[in-house]
Amino acid sequence: MASEGHTTTRPGQPVPGVVPPARQAPGRKSTRSGVRQRLELLLLIGPAFVLFVGFVLVPIVVAVYYSFYKWSGFGPLNHPVGLGNYRRAFADTVFLHAIQHNVTIALLSLFLQLPLSIGLALLLNRQLRGRGFLRLVVFAPYVLSEAVTAVMWLMLLQPDGFVDQAFKHLGLGSLVTTWLANTHVVLYTLFVVITWKYIGFGVILLLAGLQGIPTELREASALDGASPWQTTRRVILPLLGPTIRIWIFLSMIGSLQVFDIPWIMTLGGPAGASTTMSTYLIDKGFQSYEFGYGSAVAVILFIFCFVFALLYQRFALRRDTAGALTRMAG
Amino acid sequence: MTFSVTSGTTGDGRTPPPGTRVECGTLAEGTFMTSRTNRFTHPLAKATAVAAVCALAVAACSSSKKAAAPASSAASTPAASAAATTSASSAPTTAASAPASSAAGGQLNGGKPVTLTWWHNASTDPGKTAFQKVADDFHAANPNVTIQVQPIQNESIKTKVQVALQGTPPDIFQQWGGGAEATQAQSGKLADLTQLTSSWIGQLGKSASGWADNGKQLGVPYDYHVVGFWYRTDLFTKAGITSPPATMTDLLADITKLKAAGITPMTVGGKDKWPDAFYWENFVLKECPKDTITAGIAAAKFTDPCFVKAGQDLKTLLDAKPFNTGFLATPAQQGAGSSAGLVANGKAAMELQGDWEIPTIVGLVSKDQAATVEGEMGFFPFPSITGGNGEPGAALGGGDGFSCSTKAPDACAAFLQYMTSAPVEEELVKANAISIPSNGGATSAISDPTLQKVLTYLQGVSYNQLYFDQALPTNVGNAVNDAVSNFFAGQGSPQDIADSAGKAATQ
Repeated sequence: MASEGHTTTRPGQPVPGVVPPARQAPGRKSTRSGVRQRLELLLLIGPAFVLFVGFVLVPIVVAVYYSFYKWSGFGPLNHPVGLGNYRRAFADTVFLHAIQHNVTIALLSLFLQLPLSIGLALLLNRQLRGRGFLRLVVFAPYVLSEAVTAVMWLMLLQPDGFVDQAFKHLGLGSLVTTWLANTHVVLYTLFVVITWKYIGFGVILLLAGLQGIPTELREASALDGASPWQTTRRVILPLLGPTIRIWIFLSMIGSLQVFDIPWIMTLGGPAGASTTMSTYLIDKGFQSYEFGYGSAVAVILFIFCFVFALLYQRFALRRDTAGALTRMAG
Repeated sequence: MTFSVTSGTTGDGRTPPPGTRVECGTLAEGTFMTSRTNRFTHPLAKATAVAAVCALAVAACSSSKKAAAPASSAASTPAASAAATTSASSAPTTAASAPASSAAGGQLNGGKPVTLTWWHNASTDPGKTAFQKVADDFHAANPNVTIQVQPIQNESIKTKVQVALQGTPPDIFQQWGGGAEATQAQSGKLADLTQLTSSWIGQLGKSASGWADNGKQLGVPYDYHVVGFWYRTDLFTKAGITSPPATMTDLLADITKLKAAGITPMTVGGKDKWPDAFYWENFVLKECPKDTITAGIAAAKFTDPCFVKAGQDLKTLLDAKPFNTGFLATPAQQGAGSSAGLVANGKAAMELQGDWEIPTIVGLVSKDQAATVEGEMGFFPFPSITGGNGEPGAALGGGDGFSCSTKAPDACAAFLQYMTSAPVEEELVKANAISIPSNGGATSAISDPTLQKVLTYLQGVSYNQLYFDQALPTNVGNAVNDAVSNFFAGQGSPQDIADSAGKAATQ
């Protein structure tokens, strides 16, 4: 991140708290420093640029190219189908359901996971006994890999397994269902697992945001007679805005791309009830040797993410990141 | 028991190498692995699929370079290789002592030194050591042919081979035949072994035709598999069932008896889909004549009404609700909660699976229970149905084999002839590296009673139909599995299953 910061910040731009070196002052005309600056840029941007082109841009272009062919992954590309693969994707109910599932997860994240994260963050930001430990507990799942999380929950969710037993002991036995085999429930089961896994990340992010809010503001509002709720609602949350917007951005992209947990826990089943765009793409591309079609699905997924990212940057993140990630006019 | 360590090498795609399972049959291992080895089954591997492919491509390139280097240097300066020189000078023609050289009738690869890379999935013992010995013995008899063995973890070998076929493939590699083989053949990098194997392929029986595409022999099987019901004799007895069911009516009656005794009658690994498809495919074998099936698979289209009838038969079975709770999400082979694990732990009475079931089950119980559990296991073929047009002796199965690259086909074919010769396969059976050898002459080496029973069944079948998803082009096979699996979940109709193949083939 640090090096990206360097590479994307205009060299002449003053960094807050850092006195700009004299030679970077606007209007300088020194060939020697110009050469040196270019070398610096080359050195700093070069490796990242090569990797970016090689592992991001080229694969995207190649995937777009493949997506116009029917191709098993072997031999030459000699069966062009034009936009056939795209038409097929949007005519396949399994894929349409997959999109629906992604959107469902995104919306659930927004309306359940976010409030939960904010609540936990506010709670853990207070002075309370064992705060460090509680923070650790909340954050711990995030440290686990997706695969470990999925396998662990897979075992907990076995019929008559830990979760079922826990429900029964809590007197909620009537709610027990086959969490992963019930086509109406499986997606929500997965959402719970995803939330368990990622809640810690949201909380840490929001806690960091909360730390950045000066205590003076809180004190001031208290002196002005604001209730704790009013302080939270009118002072803290608005100031937490940038952090929340970043969280939403990451969460939405994550929801569109969610793969590991559904794949390991259900393989997208049963009967496609937990298929996401990513599991669909792997299922078709790699499992069925339909690389052309798989590429088309990958391109569709990419376009979804890309369009969302652009719109979100343009309309929601603009103020937060002005000058850092974006170069809006001015 | 013998089976606990069988087939690090089997895995016709369906079975994870039980050798691995036994060695690290832990929670994590069991749960990570998804069933079929010929699929890209390791969820972890799947999860990192894209990254893996890049890595594999690199690995494949480097390995092929490694393989090429010694070969080319040896070719330019034959004296460079001490081994080659000594053996070549001392006995260029005495190689006749090994069965391998008999077919070639002369020197392999024109007598020029050649190194062949061999990718197989016996990445754990006993298969690993046994296969290494086969390679070493072959080299001893044919000093100019060096086999560089690369055991590859079963879960990743299919993807690795696929990536390698886009560049330089290994010279001998795992092959499960059928439509996947035909798809691979599109790369033009699989050697046509028809001529080279014609004199001896007959030893491997009719099933070897599963490794032929359009009359071209593109692979050679070294062991066979067959699907049937594996059941707990103790639970059957407990439910008052005296003999295994022979007809579907018997089976349905037994299901009722088992349920009445409070026993889950059947398990199925619905999460993995192919175990679901086994049911439909077996009903097809009972309903449809052989020619209809063969034509249907060749055309990738199931238009005959008998395919729809098979779906209706399946409906009758599903209506009896014989399966374990949550079978739609049950994996086939990973962990105690898998379909195999439930049978292994006495929680369910039977399962329709291939002969890898025994090694799988043994790997899913503690070591001290293994012998007991194995002793409780019995086998019966898929029951007959009334009024079906299928051949009564038809069976569903498959096997493991190898294909050759075009680098030195004669040497590769000679090696495969050697490996599948009766004496060598006998050794492999005795070493528990394979279960049912492809060479009929080696079957006397099988000592396990249950496996002997399976063998007797397999020897009595009129034909052993390759699993449909393996026989069909991969995308079509997967579409059929999807359709059957949806049907298990209560979606779609018998007609939809029959239509799924043709629909996928035209997409």
